[in-house]
Amino acid sequence: MNSVALELDRPHSAQAVFPASDESPFSIRELTVSYGEKPAVFAVDAAVPPESMTAIVGPNGAGKSTLLKAALGIVPRISGEVLVYGKPLAQAMRRIAYVPQRASVDWDFPTRVIDVVLMGLYRELGLLRLVRHRHKEKALACLSRVGMADFAYRQIGQLSGGQQQRVFLARALAQDADLYLLDEPFAGVDAATEKAIIDVLKALRAEHRTVVCVHHDLATVTQYFDYVLLINTRKVAEGPVATTFTAENLQKTYGGRLATAHIEQLKLPAA
Amino acid sequence: MINVFLDALLLQAGYNAALVAFGAALLGIAAGSGGTFLFLRKRALLSDALAHSTLPGVGIAFMVMVALGGEGRNLLGLLLGSTISAVLGLLAVEWITSRTRLAEDTAIGAVLSVFFGFGVVLLTVIQTMSSGYQAGLEGFLLGSTAGMLFGDAVIITIGGALAVGLVLLLRRPMTLVSFDPEFAAASGVNVQRIDFAVMGLVMAVTIVGLKLVGLILIVALLIIPPVTARLWSDRTEHVVLTAGLIGGFSGYVGAALSASAPHLPTGPIIVLVSFALFVFSLIFAPARGVLAALLHQRRFRIRLHRRQGLLALAQKDAIRDRFTLAVLRREGLIRPDMAPTEAGRDAAAKVLRDESRWAMARRLHQHDKIPGRYDGLTPIESVLTRDEVADIDRRIEGSAGFGGGDGR
Repeated sequence: MNSVALELDRPHSAQAVFPASDESPFSIRELTVSYGEKPAVFAVDAAVPPESMTAIVGPNGAGKSTLLKAALGIVPRISGEVLVYGKPLAQAMRRIAYVPQRASVDWDFPTRVIDVVLMGLYRELGLLRLVRHRHKEKALACLSRVGMADFAYRQIGQLSGGQQQRVFLARALAQDADLYLLDEPFAGVDAATEKAIIDVLKALRAEHRTVVCVHHDLATVTQYFDYVLLINTRKVAEGPVATTFTAENLQKTYGGRLATAHIEQLKLPAA
Repeated sequence: MINVFLDALLLQAGYNAALVAFGAALLGIAAGSGGTFLFLRKRALLSDALAHSTLPGVGIAFMVMVALGGEGRNLLGLLLGSTISAVLGLLAVEWITSRTRLAEDTAIGAVLSVFFGFGVVLLTVIQTMSSGYQAGLEGFLLGSTAGMLFGDAVIITIGGALAVGLVLLLRRPMTLVSFDPEFAAASGVNVQRIDFAVMGLVMAVTIVGLKLVGLILIVALLIIPPVTARLWSDRTEHVVLTAGLIGGFSGYVGAALSASAPHLPTGPIIVLVSFALFVFSLIFAPARGVLAALLHQRRFRIRLHRRQGLLALAQKDAIRDRFTLAVLRREGLIRPDMAPTEAGRDAAAKVLRDESRWAMARRLHQHDKIPGRYDGLTPIESVLTRDEVADIDRRIEGSAGFGGGDGR
């Protein structure tokens, strides 16, 4: 009965929304990354539809974060091509905002919350232009979008994990990009923060921007996202959540690691 | 002696001494502000390897210049030699780190000692050469202003000014790369090139400072000012600025002192001056100093007693602890007869409510740092965002409704 209800909900969000488009905001071809001789990501193709919210899903160590980092040139790739709105990465850098995992930086760094958000404006400021009142206003506006305006002048070491994640998101908002790439934005955050973040991401999509998240929580995929890329070093499946996020594909992605009981809890339609 | 020092300090000790002091100040500013980025990037030790690997270059440059029939002591020539050997040293560290299983600290130790040892051998050989010009090369070890020529001082001044200019120009990308290299790369910053620029900056400071501070101690001028400045500020720009000022002040005073007493080596004096500033800051810095920590501890104790007292008031328990009573009385929360005042009742109610909020927060934030930061005294609004507090309140009401329903 559950599955019937879900079937009825879905078609709106899935097929109808995505027109076939060669202007994908983010497409990768044959992307391969390897540390030594063990490939972390192997020949992955993907094309994210415009104005969508895409989840990159897969088990631990499946190369989800590596895929994102390699696509952005943060880690070197062995082969593969990345197109952002049909252009090579180097020409489209300004249209991208990236939110790294919060564990990737030292939070004892001497900087305040607002200074971190201002880093999102460095592209606009260039090397020498001074930070003016309007830049601070913009940074504060980005902070209020994530509910952190009261914390603007705190040292970043005083924040909780969820608050750190919000600050990172505010910095990306300040970049005013068209394509938002986030690495595990919901990892280890409290429920209020999770809601604050998903609200902002949905608002971004409503503003005709595109959002891609590395995501680890299978239970929220159908609720948050409309497009999914399942990978385990290689690509397993890609497509609208309604037709792709199925028990069969999950079993293929996770192998024996995902208990059947767990999949049943997700209440997915039968494959 | 004092007069001579004051003269030097006030630039009255002659044109050369004044220029040397000015150059040392500029070098200190460049070392302090540039060193901050090395410190924030957590690569401070690399500068030590760099400095020590300049020595063979100095020796070889001297020998080459003498062999070519030159004077051997030409500063530009010696600095060129030291630059080449410092680059080789850095490349060696880089190669060992990327091509072998050895970690960077091991590579630094190996390169530093081998290059330095080779340099010392070369200096010893030079001492036995019959060229007669060798005096002065030892100055590169610990630095000296004695016998410094006008041209040398000009080179130091120009080099220092260029380094300061580079810090100003690249402060934003260098901050970005130090804090969050992944974000920097994804924002279009060439991380490798910026790291390279920081190394170049450090190299410039080291090479230019060789004659003045000496290669053994230049690392102190790169590291002590940022560490000292970090005690004073939580903002990158302020740390960079303060480190520059500390470095500049140390360089200036150190050079002046050394000029007024020519037997004192310049490098150690400059380092001791900056170390004195470090000790002062360690004790007195308002945010991270030792005194501030003691003060915080005392305030913490007071807040802890206030909370215990208010909790007891809210639950109508008797308070026996004298310190608790004293704190509550002093803050006007209880009357002399121990009955709570109006303010005391309000505060007690607030503490009780925060108590249940914190209990809920601890459950929601189990994997987070928040529980550790619950000292029972920070108002919850200053630790959690508004929507987080609202979320907690909703849950408390929810669970209270359940509990009440069951109880009746």
